[in-house]
Amino acid sequence: MLILTCPVCGVTAEETEFHGGGEAHLKRFGPGSSEGDFHDYLFSKENPKGVHLERWRHNNGCGKWFHAARDTVTLEVYGTYPAQTSEPPQDIKDAISAKRPGWTWRDFS
Amino acid sequence: MTEGDHDHLPNPLEPRARMKRYSAFAVAREAFRHHTGWTRAWASPEPKSHYDAIIIGAGGHGLATAYYLGKNFGITNVAILEKGWLGGGNTGRNTTIIRSNYLQDPSAAIYEKARSLYETMSQDLNYNVMFSPRGVLMLAQTQHEVRGYERTVHANALQGVATEFVSPAKVKQLVPIINIDGPRYPVLGALWQARGGTARHDAVAWGYARACSDMGMHVIQQCEVTGIRQQGGKVTGVSTTRGDIGCNKLGMVVAGHSGHLADMAGFRLPIESVALQALVSEPIKPCMDVVVMANTVHGYMSQSDKGEMVIGGGTDGYNNFTQRGAFHHIEETVRALVETFPMVARLKMLRQWGGIVDVTGDRSPILSKTPVDGIFINCGWGTGGFKAIPGSGWGFAELMAKGHSPLTDAFGLNRFYEGRFIDESVAAGVAH
Repeated sequence: MLILTCPVCGVTAEETEFHGGGEAHLKRFGPGSSEGDFHDYLFSKENPKGVHLERWRHNNGCGKWFHAARDTVTLEVYGTYPAQTSEPPQDIKDAISAKRPGWTWRDFS
Repeated sequence: MTEGDHDHLPNPLEPRARMKRYSAFAVAREAFRHHTGWTRAWASPEPKSHYDAIIIGAGGHGLATAYYLGKNFGITNVAILEKGWLGGGNTGRNTTIIRSNYLQDPSAAIYEKARSLYETMSQDLNYNVMFSPRGVLMLAQTQHEVRGYERTVHANALQGVATEFVSPAKVKQLVPIINIDGPRYPVLGALWQARGGTARHDAVAWGYARACSDMGMHVIQQCEVTGIRQQGGKVTGVSTTRGDIGCNKLGMVVAGHSGHLADMAGFRLPIESVALQALVSEPIKPCMDVVVMANTVHGYMSQSDKGEMVIGGGTDGYNNFTQRGAFHHIEETVRALVETFPMVARLKMLRQWGGIVDVTGDRSPILSKTPVDGIFINCGWGTGGFKAIPGSGWGFAELMAKGHSPLTDAFGLNRFYEGRFIDESVAAGVAH
């Protein structure tokens, strides 16, 4: 059972109070982009054995979306952070690096 | 050690020790000599330096691929590499259900091929896989589901798959322990495939492994692939925990870990890995001789030959590789089953486990060439791979040997580029 803290309302709760929203920090490709970029945006998933950055919604709470950094092997939650960001804050990156040295996520690490 | 294309030709000067056939006579003979005459079902050879083809993953799909490479195409200089133990992944973790009542034509073709191969598998492999065509019921508990399954029955009729839509009374007759009156979702009918059923999952892997070994193939366990070697865009072999092994063709058949292997080879897949769980009850007397799937409330159940009720649960709502699954899904599954089969409320559960399933966007598998010449991938079976094992192996072996196969052509990676999806999100039968 995951335990997540909603960064919007501050509530810490079990995963049944939230709903997973899939991969975070997608770079969107729309009309005018190449077919390869559009395909990768739609289908090519980051599916790592390790750090996964993802979106969650506090369904049975404040209803807001937020981001989480989670490990897909140990299920450790490295931290949650606001939805209005394009990468995790430094303290969460540091927490990940302490457990998973050398991790990367698309364009940043 | 000889190498090359002609390894599969039998050498009359060096007859290989062949496996002993299993038969009623063999059992009687061994009974008289205290069972000292049984030989190992498959060999555990050291890896050679080169094979014509390497299959990564000694689960059902990988072993079936190797078996049909040998049986249908005479390619027997083959190694099957397994990082753990044979059949220890999803092959040994599923709920053993076999059916082919899918909606789309390409799916019906490959799943029906698989189901028909299951019917004669015990004879073909000389290994009892305990295929039991006991029938599969998929309950319709909403009007929407009734219409969906009626559509499936019509589609199946056109595809040559024998299914019918049956009444609640027929459901009650087939499954006396079921509660068809609700309380939340009364049973309005069901999709019934009489020739669906179950088989012994471990035996499927063991039977294929034994037959592969008998053809001279190498089943190599405890051998984890750590890298894919390529030259000029073509595969040349793999690096493993037991040294480098060369090959001309490479088949990746590793379910939930496909993305990880594709990463090593330098391409990405439209796959997400999640844990899907199952559980079994204590053994009880025979009480239900069909498989029942209830997709609205989400639970499915059959009774094993040992008497345990085998129960399938849901997938986790987020990517993970934990092979256990979140606890609250057990609660949801059991709640659904208590509603559908009230007697289940008094059962104790014995074991619970999870497997890592590889789910694609359209819930259909990927059997395809890849951007690397010589590498083929068979993955994306998601929550329903066991039923497809022989059909998947049959088609994928043809794809590897000839470059295309009528069974697998629709399942290429290019369908995501071309928007040619094979949407089976309903027929997959597991809520995602």
